[in-house]
Amino acid sequence: MLSASFTPYSLAVPVSVESSTAIYRALKETGVRIVSALPETWLVHLIRMAEDDDEMTLVRLAKEEEGVGISTGAHLAGVKSAMLMQNHGFLAAINGIVSCGQLYRIPLLMLISQRGSFGEQDPWQCEGGGVTEHVLEALRIPFDRLEAAEHVGKRIAKAQTLAHSASRPVALLLCRDLMWDD
Amino acid sequence: MRRLDALQAVYPELERCVVVTIMGAVAAELQSIGHRPNFFYLQHAMGLASSVGLGIALGRPELQVVVFDGDGSLLMNLGGLTTLARYRPRNLVHVVFDNESLLSVGGFPTATSTGSDLAEIAKAAGVPHTATVRGLEEFREAFLAAQKRDDLTTLVAKTDAVGPSGYVTDLSLLENRYEFARHLKQLGRGE
Repeated sequence: MLSASFTPYSLAVPVSVESSTAIYRALKETGVRIVSALPETWLVHLIRMAEDDDEMTLVRLAKEEEGVGISTGAHLAGVKSAMLMQNHGFLAAINGIVSCGQLYRIPLLMLISQRGSFGEQDPWQCEGGGVTEHVLEALRIPFDRLEAAEHVGKRIAKAQTLAHSASRPVALLLCRDLMWDD
Repeated sequence: MRRLDALQAVYPELERCVVVTIMGAVAAELQSIGHRPNFFYLQHAMGLASSVGLGIALGRPELQVVVFDGDGSLLMNLGGLTTLARYRPRNLVHVVFDNESLLSVGGFPTATSTGSDLAEIAKAAGVPHTATVRGLEEFREAFLAAQKRDDLTTLVAKTDAVGPSGYVTDLSLLENRYEFARHLKQLGRGE
């Protein structure tokens, strides 16, 4: 049982509701109907929005690589999807991205929270931020950064367009200045 | 029980399903019986066949999905069993051919050879219907029952560690992928 003084972690941290709402709206406008996710602090509002939306199927994962399989199946079945994960989750999913997503030319739309950049306060998050963009480049995955509200709608729509025209995985980095109200 | 015979035994039932297989022997043997446009062979990404099946099943609840998994592949994605159980797609039958070895890469024994029980693991993960079968007729009956059940089933079929002499077929990966996606699109139009 939770004690009466329990405060959900998501309410105790200043993750931007406004930016999360804009991202979620943009995903829906590009036709996304399935979202897979592994919870992380920056994604709490996005995950809750997907959960509360009758038009969206939220798939909570045990590990991020599963999301590659689920999005692959969804695409082959003609349904648009998106993957929500932390950059450490992206690192955990790489074999699936390469040997399923890239090998089979699947338009994966990956939204990756870019932890470990300037301003990061959690010591354990500081390693992934330094390698994420280099790994994306090494994998030849087109990516862009979402750093400000004005980036959100256009860049998500453009990412989805390129994912489908190139028939390849693409990534958007959800950056601290967008996701965190501090 | 040979896996090839098990596939033969249920092959007629696969015509009305959407089938996802793992790589290696399972893909090659199903193709040797006869490829169909509703068959997708995941020729790498070990472990993800069940996740691909879940994505199809959730995206298109009207389709009947069959996943042919293997012990080596499933052991790489045991967490996926908990996700499968959590969303409990009623239109998915999950078959695991368990030959207790990584046959395609030299036959090294997997943990099921030393007692790990995949049907019990699936059951404990929350899959509502699980069974282990060893004989051909027993497999066929369990598969037919799973198809009729309208609920998620993980069926572990113990098979001999024998397979084809080679795994590369003349069906290219991308040809299979685009044909399969096009076929599923046509099914959506009622064709």
